[in-house]
Amino acid sequence: MTKVSMTVNGKAVSGEVEGRTLLSSFLREGLGLTGTHVGCDTSQCGACVVHVNGKAMKSCTVFAQDVAGAEICTIEGMANPDGSLSVIQQAFQDHHGLQCGFCTPGMVMSAAALLAENPRPTEAEVRHYLEGNLCRCTGYHNIIKAVLAASGQDVTKIAAE
Amino acid sequence: MPKDGGIGARTKRREDVRFLTGKGRYTDDINIRGQLHAHFIRSQVAHGRIRKIDTRDAEAMPGVVKVFTSADFAGAGGLPCGWQVTSRDGKPMLEPKHPVLAEGKVRHVGDPIAVVVAETLDQARDAAEAVVIDIEELPAVIDMKAAVQGGPLVHDEIGSNLCYDWGFVEENKAAVDEAFARAAHVTTLELVNNRLIANPMEPRVAVGDYEDHSGMHTLYTTSQNPHVIRLLMGAFVLSIPEHKLRVVAPDVGGGFGSKIYHYAEEAFVTKAAQVLKRPVKWTASRSEAFISDAQGRDHITRIELALDADHNFTALRCETYANMGAYLSTFAPCIPTWLHGTLLAGNYRTPLIYTNVKAVFTNTVPVDAYRGAGRPEATFQLERVIDKAARELGVSPVELRRKNFIKPDQFPYQTPVAVVYDTGNYHATLDKLLELSDYKGFEARAAESKKRGKLRGFGLAHYIEACGIAPSNLVGQLGARAGLYESATVRVNATGSITVFTGSHSHGQGHETTFAQVISEMIGIDASQVEIVHGDTSNTPMGMGTYGSRSLAVGGSAMVKATNKIINKAKKIAAHLMEASEADIELKDGKFTVAGTDKEKSWVDITLAAYVPHNYPLEDMEPGLEETAFYDPSNFTYPAGAYGCEVEVDPETGKVEIVAFTAADDFGNVVNPMIVEGQVHGGLAQGIGQAMLENCVYDENGQLLSGSFMDYAMPRADDLPFYRVDHSCATPCTHNPLGVKGCGEAGAIGSPPAVVNAVIDALHRGGFTHVTHIDMPVSPARVWQAIHG
Ligand code: FES
Ligand code: FES
Repeated sequence: MTKVSMTVNGKAVSGEVEGRTLLSSFLREGLGLTGTHVGCDTSQCGACVVHVNGKAMKSCTVFAQDVAGAEICTIEGMANPDGSLSVIQQAFQDHHGLQCGFCTPGMVMSAAALLAENPRPTEAEVRHYLEGNLCRCTGYHNIIKAVLAASGQDVTKIAAE
Repeated sequence: MPKDGGIGARTKRREDVRFLTGKGRYTDDINIRGQLHAHFIRSQVAHGRIRKIDTRDAEAMPGVVKVFTSADFAGAGGLPCGWQVTSRDGKPMLEPKHPVLAEGKVRHVGDPIAVVVAETLDQARDAAEAVVIDIEELPAVIDMKAAVQGGPLVHDEIGSNLCYDWGFVEENKAAVDEAFARAAHVTTLELVNNRLIANPMEPRVAVGDYEDHSGMHTLYTTSQNPHVIRLLMGAFVLSIPEHKLRVVAPDVGGGFGSKIYHYAEEAFVTKAAQVLKRPVKWTASRSEAFISDAQGRDHITRIELALDADHNFTALRCETYANMGAYLSTFAPCIPTWLHGTLLAGNYRTPLIYTNVKAVFTNTVPVDAYRGAGRPEATFQLERVIDKAARELGVSPVELRRKNFIKPDQFPYQTPVAVVYDTGNYHATLDKLLELSDYKGFEARAAESKKRGKLRGFGLAHYIEACGIAPSNLVGQLGARAGLYESATVRVNATGSITVFTGSHSHGQGHETTFAQVISEMIGIDASQVEIVHGDTSNTPMGMGTYGSRSLAVGGSAMVKATNKIINKAKKIAAHLMEASEADIELKDGKFTVAGTDKEKSWVDITLAAYVPHNYPLEDMEPGLEETAFYDPSNFTYPAGAYGCEVEVDPETGKVEIVAFTAADDFGNVVNPMIVEGQVHGGLAQGIGQAMLENCVYDENGQLLSGSFMDYAMPRADDLPFYRVDHSCATPCTHNPLGVKGCGEAGAIGSPPAVVNAVIDALHRGGFTHVTHIDMPVSPARVWQAIHG
């Protein structure tokens, strides 16, 4: 067991981990931040995406001790300071970009990273960027729409409401 | 315009806020103080005899509390099957035991053999390496036809791999054969409905808890139907009476059928918590989900369509082999029979239908319902054979369908396969589809594609499904061992807010929002005054849960029924308070008025009077305002629609791209169009996934080759287009109070044949007229081979 410290959603945290403890387990079990989900064991689904020093990362694919000292942001840290939904979260609700909600934390974190890199992505760019985030419920239609809307683009013309 | 928050409004979902902020409470988020962790040791071979299990070394390892084997479940029953199908010879299906942990033999890769329970999950996993299991590997049987032609027996004690041999409608068989003998044209098609894995994004989880002093068991589980699990596990497996067993399915991350069934892991953690007197938790890894969640589809079918000289369908004849896997999962036997054979009339007037279904045991993971369940299989074969017939006869597939449709004035329509369709207008959905997909402009688009070296094709499919499952007396006659009603308790609180306890379960469908819309509309109070509670057997009435597109049609109807009882009682109270006749009381916008007067009482005046009954007819009526209703549907509902897929095929590589997909559905009335469209989108993605990408493959030894997301191709954002969806051609259901039909499965039912029909169309337009069928998924390799075959 070694002790790791990092900043999570703006707060300094620390905990005991084994060498094999994944960041996703540290967040979920160690810190009780269960918004980060685990949907696979082959680094394919993206339910576990968080931001590490501002970059989207699959937290199931990083050991907790390897990100000691890093700034981590999880879904629990995405709302506005007053607790209201951020632009991206609000767009997901407005455009029904989630159903069961299990992929949603990873989707929101990936979408936020995309828009930070590319503030006005095309439909194809959004689809390509989210290729590592699986959703079994929505058929992606409303997720893509939500991300385009969050980037300030007009989505009223997109086929079907 | 629908009232904001009422029926028909695009109300945003209230559940989204918790999911978007990481505050959802899924089963794996539950950790109980003192909890232990379970790790399942599963068979790595598809078929074998267990010679010896030695757990001593493992039990001595750090943190290990106990290693369980089947010996620890000696007194427990097998996992029960909820449906009995009868063979053509009148004999009941063969029903071998499905033990919680393997007894004597393992029968599929993933079959659980032993379970290590330890203080931490890592300790349990480490100790699993030290459990010595000696298995004599036996030849496995994977191919269904080989299984019934003398292949190795999956279950020695039943003496056969043929679970049942079902004929429907058996009395029609001779007449069907005769119609074929007379037919002007017969089209025949052999096809495979590929095996799929549901893969909800949340893997299954079960947490067992036990209270020694009271004998109370609690199971938290990822289930679509907690009451069903309580009944099956309590009564048949562990002998726990209902009042000592609470089953909770909190937020559940998708199900698509795979979370209907009672699984071994649920019984395991419940029992282990009692034995060890500590909570026990199990969370599936995705790799485990691939070999332990019930899988879907897997039919091999030969279908024949007979037509007369005028191209009227005169008879249909099918033979299907349906894979059951190694054990009968909870509802497995009814999927290829009653949810499949009864749908073979489709949208057409075919007067004579006969189908034979042979259900087969193989050394593979059990197969059960997956989104659509039987109905996608029926739709796929029917819509493919009709397309093939049109091509053989040189007529338009659109017109051949239209010619044979049940006409709008023929409803209610008695099909030759037992069911009676209450309403529908297939001509309308077809016309709507052709308009929305700009069918007229297709030739121009095809010409443009051709210039770029691509082959463009248009594929049409119509579907009908039987949803709103199901009339209990009918399904009882058909072999169901359960009723299929739904329930609701509507509790009006003293100051007028309402809590609804529903037996339905939401795992993505948004009931917390839509059910509140219905109540808001009926009573005229704001939807924010209504809370919907589901998922916990300790506070909801016995209900059958959510599957088969039944929540609103059956669960919603129960809620409407209970709310009508509330309204009737509230009117009596209002009549008393306003000294008027009950018949003159009207409820509108949350106010009670007396017809022809200006007397008025608010909703809250009445609810307060019910709970503070100072001025109240106590001699005639009980105080309080709470009602429960059970609703048993009198018929299935029959959503139907027309789907159009436009593809571009690259003849050089065989790669297929979906360039447009349009759906025109008839769901009857709609409570929240936004949610309905979302359900269709999700269904389409799964249907397109089946048609283009997904395939569950075993090798000849029963090893699952598609055992992870690296090998099982889940549809991703860049595989799919934006969809055009429409539900304006509504013919409301005639027999439920909301006139709703259900929309959850439609997309997955109608889309696979539309995709394959489009690919075949593209190839024919490119001159590859020798290609009459390609099995799903229509991968580039298969398309290329077909072109060059
Ligand atoms: S859990 Fe990290 S990619 Fe699936
Ligand atoms: S909303 Fe259920 S997996 Fe995406």
